[in-house]
Amino acid sequence: MANYSLKINGETFNVDVEEDTPLLWVLRDHLGLVGTKYSCGIAQCGACTVHLNGEATFSCTLPVSSVGSDEVTTIEGLSKEGDHPVQKAWNEVDVAQCGYCQAGQIMTASALLKKNPSPSMAEIEDAMNRNLCRCGTYHKIREAVALAAKTK
Amino acid sequence: MAELLKSNRRDFLKIAGTAAGGLFIGFYWSGCDSPKMQVLTDEEVLSQAHNFNSFLSISPSGDVVIYSPNPELGQNIKTSFPMVVAEELDADWEKVRVFQAHLDNDKFDRQVTGGSGAMPHSWERLRNAGATAKFLLVSAAAAQLDVDASELTTEKGQVIHSKSGKKIPYGDLVTDASKLDVPEEVPLKNYKDFKIIGTPVKNVDNKAMFTGQPIYGLDIYREGMVQAMIQRPPFGMKIKSVDDSEARKIADITDVVTFNNNVAVVGDSTWPLMKAKKLLKIDYEPDGNVESTEDHDRLFQDLMEKGKAQVMRQDGNVDQAFGNAAKVVTAEYQCPFLSHSPMEPMNFFAHVKGDKVELVGPTQTPDRARMETAQLLDIPTENISMELTRLGGGFGRRLRADFVVEAVELSKILDKPVKVTWSREDDMTGGAYRPAVRYKFQAALDDSGKMIGYKLRGVGINAGNTTRENNFPSGSVDNLLIESINHNSPITTNAWRAPITNFLAYAEQSFLDEVALEAGKDPVSFRLELMDRAKKDPVGEIHYDIDRMKGVVEMAAEKSNWGKDSNVMQGFSVYFSHRSYVAQVANIEMEDSQPVLKKITAVTDCGIVVNPTGANQQVRGGIVDGMGHAMFTNMTFANGLPNQKNFDTYRLIRMKEVPEIDVHFVDNGIDPTGLGEPALPPTGGAIANAIFKATGRRLRSQPFIEQKEFSDIKLEIKRA
Repeated sequence: MANYSLKINGETFNVDVEEDTPLLWVLRDHLGLVGTKYSCGIAQCGACTVHLNGEATFSCTLPVSSVGSDEVTTIEGLSKEGDHPVQKAWNEVDVAQCGYCQAGQIMTASALLKKNPSPSMAEIEDAMNRNLCRCGTYHKIREAVALAAKTK
Repeated sequence: MAELLKSNRRDFLKIAGTAAGGLFIGFYWSGCDSPKMQVLTDEEVLSQAHNFNSFLSISPSGDVVIYSPNPELGQNIKTSFPMVVAEELDADWEKVRVFQAHLDNDKFDRQVTGGSGAMPHSWERLRNAGATAKFLLVSAAAAQLDVDASELTTEKGQVIHSKSGKKIPYGDLVTDASKLDVPEEVPLKNYKDFKIIGTPVKNVDNKAMFTGQPIYGLDIYREGMVQAMIQRPPFGMKIKSVDDSEARKIADITDVVTFNNNVAVVGDSTWPLMKAKKLLKIDYEPDGNVESTEDHDRLFQDLMEKGKAQVMRQDGNVDQAFGNAAKVVTAEYQCPFLSHSPMEPMNFFAHVKGDKVELVGPTQTPDRARMETAQLLDIPTENISMELTRLGGGFGRRLRADFVVEAVELSKILDKPVKVTWSREDDMTGGAYRPAVRYKFQAALDDSGKMIGYKLRGVGINAGNTTRENNFPSGSVDNLLIESINHNSPITTNAWRAPITNFLAYAEQSFLDEVALEAGKDPVSFRLELMDRAKKDPVGEIHYDIDRMKGVVEMAAEKSNWGKDSNVMQGFSVYFSHRSYVAQVANIEMEDSQPVLKKITAVTDCGIVVNPTGANQQVRGGIVDGMGHAMFTNMTFANGLPNQKNFDTYRLIRMKEVPEIDVHFVDNGIDPTGLGEPALPPTGGAIANAIFKATGRRLRSQPFIEQKEFSDIKLEIKRA
């Protein structure tokens, strides 16, 4: 067990966990931030995507010991009122079916738009292809990312 | 214009006025003669607490609360059910709030998500609920204004008297309305007058989903709860011995429990459980057949040739027809097992407290889960509460109760509230798959190319009836034989979105393509000729509506520009499942001599489309699902365990692998017939038939990319 001081959504959290604990489980089990989802645990599906210093990162394979002083943003911290342009676009396009993968999708999309505010459709697909959606909402995800880029 | 519809006698209406003036309308769908009337306290009505479970209530402030009883897993029922109530009520959708009802057999019926059946089952009930409330509100307004009710109209939560220009909000009428007698029958709208139904309404859970609210089963954390993960045995094996010494050394592991051939590791958080589970040393020994894919391939061959089949349907004399045939077409098709793999793995919370149980989690069949819990503990079902969370997908996997009952059993052993979480590997190896099936089709053609005989023999592994014997083309062929053989295996199987038809449709629609080509006929004309035959002079029973099926075929041919552009290689497919009809056309174009799958056109007849945005996505999602599994996904077994244990080897379709999908609906005003599944079955056939057209390669097994016929084909997929 070791103590870690984590910067998450602009706040500092202290946790006492094993050093190999993935950030995903620190968020979910120890900090009650359950918006970040578990699905594969091996960095294949993107449901667990968070921002690490603004970069879309799989939290399911990221040991807490390697987070250090990096800024973590989760879906809960993406915006105060749920009104980030990507969240608004997601509502406008009415993207979700079951919704379980959507927090991860939104985190990947918002990281993309921060780096590349006007992506081409090919760039959107390159970025979003790492996130699985078992319901098959891919067309709407493309549409929503493009809309968010336009309305930003 | 209104049509009058008799109220369903199985539905009992209870109206309750409250001192505070709220109006509560509850439907009792238990089907018994003397419904349990429940008098609600003001506090219950006003608090709108989850245990209230009413169907619809309107408060004096005009707020409308609608409870949605069916489990929501992405089929959008939590939005479309309330839309139907609000439509007949003429509610202001902005003032409607929707809550998930928990399991309550007294107040709701068929709290199930399966078989694409929720909307067809509840359509009339939902409309009656809204229309009855509206009738009472209008009656109250008529009395208040001292005018005849026929002079009043309703719109967006108000009763309007246009002669005087007076408008009364519903909230001001609920106190009076609650004192009126409930009418036995109420007028329902003509579908052409719908204002909410047929318009795109956003998912009521959007904000919760897009801001990460705790709405799924895996998000449940309760006071005093422990967490557990379970190592389940390979299929056909049982535990010989367990060495848990290494697992117990992991910090935070509080217990290791062996029960029912399972070994549970128990602790306070998930990561230590994952580590500890991997350190369990469990010896298994055979407890029945321990099967591998080679065994299944051999079984398929043996049973196809020599197995004793159950005759599902027999028309005419097939032996004679095949004896007289000018040409016989024969082909075999095979599909693998598939995991359901919802994005949220199985999980459930259970708390056994003496002879009472609290259950919370994602299930498609809460009633079944409660019943099995009651049986396990030998307690009455009334002692068990079942709270429904949103489901992170289901696809049929959550129709089983295994993941609920094991949590109950563990909670009882531990005497603690427990949440059992399945890892992805547990989810993929822990059973209940789409069964593997092999089909042999044979068609006899006369010298004019007419199909005079048709034989289908299906062999399945824990598949039950592998056929849909009364589906098309039954009824259109004089001599027909449909047979099914089932092999019992320890590998558990379960309904997988569009059970059986998820593969049968592909096989049948590919085979009919083969037959059409052998008969020298256009695939669409060939199908239409068969349908015409079945319409004019049906052979035996027909369990599908030929006009509706023809309707989607003709509209799909029109919308896809069927056969009009020689540069576009098209594949056709049409299927009837779960009461609805879907025809699809896949377009492949050659670019730099390479085939490119560009578009799938889908025409659906599911009756009235309640929510176009949701319905459109059901069709696209069904097609993406059908395409992904037909093309990419395989599951093989070695010694009772799947070889594919996670998404690195179990390949699910991704964004870059979907083509453009063009969705159309037939507008015919028929009551809704279901949409969660019907778009999936036709997809594989449409794509396989287009691939054949483009490359001359016939794909008779799934997944396509693993077939040798496909090995040198580089199929690109592009979106517009």
